[in-house]
Amino acid sequence: MFDIVADIKKDFIVNLLRSKKRVDNRAFDEYRPIVVEPGVSEKAEGSSLVKIGNTQVMVGVKLAIGEPFSDMPDLGVMMTNAELNPLASPRFEKGPPDEDTIELSRVVDRVIRESKCIELEKLCITEGEEVWIVFIDAHILDYDGNLFDATALGAISALRNTRFPKVEDGRIIYSEKTDKKLPVVDRPVETTFAKIGKDIVLDPVLDEELVLDARITIGTNEKGDICAMQKGGDGTFTQEEIIDLVNKSREKSEELRKLV
Amino acid sequence: MKIGEPEKFIIDGKRLDGRKPGELRKVKIEVGVLKKADGSAYVEWGGNKVLAACYGPREVHPKHLARADRAILRCTYSMAPFSVTDRKRPGPDRRSIEISKVTRQALEPVVFTNLFPRTAIDVFIEILQAQAGTRCTGIVAASMALADAGIPMRNLVPACAAGKVGGEIVLDLSDVEDNFGEADLPVAIVPQKDEVTLIQMDGNFEKGEFEKAFKLAVEGCMKIYEIQKEALKKRYGGA
Repeated sequence: MFDIVADIKKDFIVNLLRSKKRVDNRAFDEYRPIVVEPGVSEKAEGSSLVKIGNTQVMVGVKLAIGEPFSDMPDLGVMMTNAELNPLASPRFEKGPPDEDTIELSRVVDRVIRESKCIELEKLCITEGEEVWIVFIDAHILDYDGNLFDATALGAISALRNTRFPKVEDGRIIYSEKTDKKLPVVDRPVETTFAKIGKDIVLDPVLDEELVLDARITIGTNEKGDICAMQKGGDGTFTQEEIIDLVNKSREKSEELRKLV
Repeated sequence: MKIGEPEKFIIDGKRLDGRKPGELRKVKIEVGVLKKADGSAYVEWGGNKVLAACYGPREVHPKHLARADRAILRCTYSMAPFSVTDRKRPGPDRRSIEISKVTRQALEPVVFTNLFPRTAIDVFIEILQAQAGTRCTGIVAASMALADAGIPMRNLVPACAAGKVGGEIVLDLSDVEDNFGEADLPVAIVPQKDEVTLIQMDGNFEKGEFEKAFKLAVEGCMKIYEIQKEALKKRYGGA
């Protein structure tokens, strides 16, 4: 049913873009208003609520002590998970994660991991035996498009206010937080562009997302290096478009980085 | 430093497996290798051994997935438990599900799905042996299986990765380079049309490095495309 509505809307949105307008009157390279509220959860070791327009994502970071991977015995472990909660959209269903949920988790994980923003070597407690495990859990609360950028922004914001809990005799006392912060040394962010017809827009709103031909998410670190990339959608980009968007992403990600 | 990491990736202009930076591993493609499938292909790419089978257009199950105006394309990427050093648990994991999705989106742009409304075209990709670059190998195999099944397509889809190891941009990462390198950039294209149907990246590219790696990956795709065409000609004739 949704898809039929989207097909009808598509003509409208494509024509609007051809006349240089967007459904919400934004410029093609303009983000919706973004609000980042760090520290929204008292129980989590780190947390953040991110709003991009009407999209809302809450990210919580929990820390645990566990075993390292056998091929990386002296490195801490990080895991990213996203939940597309049915309360956030009539399009989301309960049940095991579908491919979109998995893609979102993995693309957000990619930029955090590959930017090496968490100093995993500092999370080693006993080599080969005990390391800190960083669980990054993102909950989508309200879905109005562009979950990639909102979730990645929420993740880095939550990581940056993550503090270690107290440890006594090898056991974690979660109720008591220390002043020691999780070693986070970079602020990676992701920017997502949608290609609709011949036009490319930043930060697609849900209506745009439903009719897009192709999508690209580009993750960068503070230096402007590219750390992660993911193309989506059933359409294509030209080579020139991709190179151009990589450069645009470097520029636009600075706006996001200022917020964390 | 991770266990098993080599000190240097490039010695005297040669990579650890003897290749030059812009050189592909050996690629062998054969189509029509399975009897029951409507189309099939077998690809050996370096140490990768990958089978792909195409079934369809056929009836859609479950029925609610059927689309009134076109066929649905479904791709399943799966790794055999014995395809990797540490046994992989059978069944789909998160990585396989993501690769299945991007594979489908890499192929969707070339398939004339509008010709077969209310049907499904299923492509199954089985990694029998893995040695870095299985998603590209899978896409290449899948596109050959579709062609072998006679599914109308605008073109074949070649795929190839470029990456960065030891600070140098190289084509088609080997397993050591993939595990310990600094960046991996798989790309799939529609040749002659300047259309990129898949691009993913992880690692770290500085300004300028990305463009170089991207162009190299596209060149790699074009080399793979020639091998794909040869494989079809070998099976079905034609100059």
